[in-house]
Amino acid sequence: MIQSIERSSAVLRLLAAGPDRLRVKEIADALGLPKSTAHGILRTLEHVGFVEQDPRTTRYRLGRGLLDLGDAGLDVNELRSRALDWADALAARTVEAVRIGVLQGDSVRVIHHVFRPDDTTQAMDTGLVVPAHATSLGKILLAYDVTALSLGGLDPYTRKTVTVRRELARALAEVRAQGWASAVEEWESGRAGIAAPMRTFGGLVVGAIGIYGPVERICDSRLRPRPALVEQVRATAHAISRDLSGPRR
Amino acid sequence: MSDRYILAIDQGTTSTRCILFDRRATVVAVARAEHPQSYPRPGWVEHDAARIWRDTQRLITRAMRSAGIGADQVAAIGIANQRETAVVWDRATGVPVAPAIVWQDTRTSSLVSALDPALISERTGLQPATYFSATKVRWLLDHIPGLRARAEKGEVLFGTMDSWLIWNLTGGREHLTDVTNASRTMLMDLSTLSWDPALLDVCTIPQAMLPSIRSSSEVYGAASSVLPGVPIAAAMGDQQAALFGQTCFAAGDAKCTYGTGGFLLMNTGSTPVRSTHGLLTTVGYRIGSEPVAYALEGSIAVAGSLVQWVRDGLGLIGTASEIETLAGTVADNGGCYIVPAFSGLFAPHWRSEARGVIVGLTSYITKGHLARAVLEATGWQTREVVDAMNADSGLALTGLNVDGGMTADNMLMQIVADVLSVPVVRPMVAETVSLGAAYAAGLAVGYWSDLQDLRNNRHSAGRWDPGMDGERRAAEYRRWQRAVQSAVYFSDDQGQT
Repeated sequence: MIQSIERSSAVLRLLAAGPDRLRVKEIADALGLPKSTAHGILRTLEHVGFVEQDPRTTRYRLGRGLLDLGDAGLDVNELRSRALDWADALAARTVEAVRIGVLQGDSVRVIHHVFRPDDTTQAMDTGLVVPAHATSLGKILLAYDVTALSLGGLDPYTRKTVTVRRELARALAEVRAQGWASAVEEWESGRAGIAAPMRTFGGLVVGAIGIYGPVERICDSRLRPRPALVEQVRATAHAISRDLSGPRR
Repeated sequence: MSDRYILAIDQGTTSTRCILFDRRATVVAVARAEHPQSYPRPGWVEHDAARIWRDTQRLITRAMRSAGIGADQVAAIGIANQRETAVVWDRATGVPVAPAIVWQDTRTSSLVSALDPALISERTGLQPATYFSATKVRWLLDHIPGLRARAEKGEVLFGTMDSWLIWNLTGGREHLTDVTNASRTMLMDLSTLSWDPALLDVCTIPQAMLPSIRSSSEVYGAASSVLPGVPIAAAMGDQQAALFGQTCFAAGDAKCTYGTGGFLLMNTGSTPVRSTHGLLTTVGYRIGSEPVAYALEGSIAVAGSLVQWVRDGLGLIGTASEIETLAGTVADNGGCYIVPAFSGLFAPHWRSEARGVIVGLTSYITKGHLARAVLEATGWQTREVVDAMNADSGLALTGLNVDGGMTADNMLMQIVADVLSVPVVRPMVAETVSLGAAYAAGLAVGYWSDLQDLRNNRHSAGRWDPGMDGERRAAEYRRWQRAVQSAVYFSDDQGQT
C-alpha cells in the first residue's frame, strides 16, 4: 500500500463529508497528521485540481477537477484556448498548418486549426473528423488510450494505410517509445503529418498537436519525417503540457 | 552581420509588455508584468506611474536578455499604450505629483456633465465622457494645492502614458505625444491636429503643461538610460496600434478586439467622418508628415464580461471556454435572446437607462440555449456597430480582422461571420497592439520600407466564412432588435413606478 495515497483519500473524504470548508490545522488534527504533512498533501491535491483553497479565508474545499472525473477530461474548448498561442507559434516557425485533435469514438475530431502562413486559400478544418489509425494525431491518441485496440475495422484510405491490427499495435508501441507519431501518405496521398501528445497532471494525455502538409515538405527524400520538424512539434507539445500541468488560469 | 529587431512596449491597463519582433514580424522575446490597480474610493481607479516606468525598464532588460541581444541590435523602440490615462509630473524631479488617473475612473462625472456636447463633438469628434483625459487633468489642477500655478509656469507636465514613457526614456529631454493619443484627451482639434484654445479654456488647462503633438511614426529622440542611443520612433493608443498591427491601411478596413468588451475601429481615410449614429471619430494613425488616417470607433460594452457573468454570476460554467461547449449542446438559440445592457445600451442606441433582458423563454429552453444566446449577443452587438459605421462612412465592410482573447472561441467567430455576412480573419500574430507599435517604429527608421512591406508579413491563422442563409439572418436580426427594444421598454416601465 502507498501511504500517501491512503492519506490523500482520507483528506478528500474529510472534505467531502464536512459541510464547511476546512483549515489545514483541522484536517491535520482530524487525521492525526503533522500539519506540514497535511499541508503537503493539500498542496499536491490543489495542484491536480482535486481541492481548492479560498484565497481570502485560506480554507480548503473539494476542487472542480473532481467534477471532471466523469467527463473525458479537459474541456476541448478550454484545451484550444490554452494551446492557442503555442499553436500559432508552431505554425509560424514550421510554416506548416497546425491541428489539434481529440479522440471521438474511433476517430479524431479536429478542435483547432491554424492555417499554413503562406497566404494560400485554406479552409478551416475545425470540427472535421478524421480517421485515427491513418493520421499522426490519431496515432498519438490511440497510443495513449487504454480502449484503443478494441476499436472497429481499420479502413484503408491509401495503399499505405495500416489496416492490420497487429501492425497498428506495433506502430503504437513505437509511438509510445519515441513520444511522437508520424503518418506518411496513410490518409491522403501526397500528405504527411507529425504529432505529439499534450499532457496534463500526472502525464494524462488530453489531446494531440501536430503539423500536416505536403509530404515533400514534411519528410526528407526517403519519406522520413524531417528531424527539425519533429523537434518543433515535440517542443510545442511539451510547452503546452507544462502549461496544462500548471495552475489553472 | 547580426540581426536587428524592433522593441515594442505595450503599456496596458493591467500589465506592461515588452516584445521584440524580427523583420518577418515574428515574436522573438516577450516579457510581461502586471501592475496593481488602486481603487481608493468608489469610482476611482489609479495607477502608480513611477512603478510602471520601473516595470518598463526591467521588462526591456528582461526581453533583451531572453533574446540574447544587445542595444546595438535594436533598430527602434515603438510604444502602444492604454489610452486617456492622465499623468502629471514634476519637470525638475520627474516625480508624479499624484497617482495617474486611469481611463475607467469616473470621479469627474460632474465636470463632464457641465461640458457642451455640441462643442466637444464638433472640435474633437468625441462625446463628452469621463474616459477622456481633459477632466482628469482639470481635477488634479483643482485638487492639488498650488498645482495650477506651477502648471502655468511649466513646472509640472501632463501626458498620457506614451508621453510619460518617452519623457523618461529620453532622460527628460522630450515632452511629446502622438496624434492618436492626443485625439483621446478631448483637448485636440480633430481637423487642425493641435491643442484647441477654446477647449483648454473650458477645462482651465494651461498650455504650458501640454506635450507637443507629433505623428505616430517618426523619430522622436534617442533613449538615454535603457538602450542608450536607440531611436524612439513610434507611439499610438492601444486600439489604434491594433488597427495598424492588423494592417488596416485602406479606407474600409476594420478590426475588432474582443476582450471583456469589444473595440471596433474602421479606417475611414484622410478626412474625418462625423458620425450621426453616436460613434466616435478619432485619429487612426499618422506616418511622418503624410496625411492623417482617421477612424471611426464603436465599442461593444459587454462581450467577454457576459461570459464571465455566466461563469461567476450564474455558475453555469467553470471556465470561460466552456461557454462554447455548453452552446454546442444545442443546434440554435431556441428563440432565446440575451441583451446584456448591464449599464445601459451604447452605440448606436445610447440608452443609459436600459437594463439587460433575457427574452423568448419557454420550458424548452436549456442552459445550452442560454449559452448560445450569450455568444450571439456579442455577434449582434458587433453587427449594430458595423451597420452604424457603414452608414456613417458610406463604406461597406468587406471583412473583419479580429484579435483578443475571445478569438479562441471558434463558435463565436463563426457567429460573427454569419451575422455580419463577411469573412472574419484571425491573424497569425496575436499580439496586434505590440505589432502595430513595432510596425510604426520600424517604418520610421527604414527597418520596413513601406506599408506594402508590412502587408507582406501578414498571414491569416484562421478564417471563418459566413454560412448563414440571408433570410434567416434577417429574421434573427429582427428578433434581436425586438429584444433590444424590450430592454429599453423594461427600463421605461421601471421609471414610471
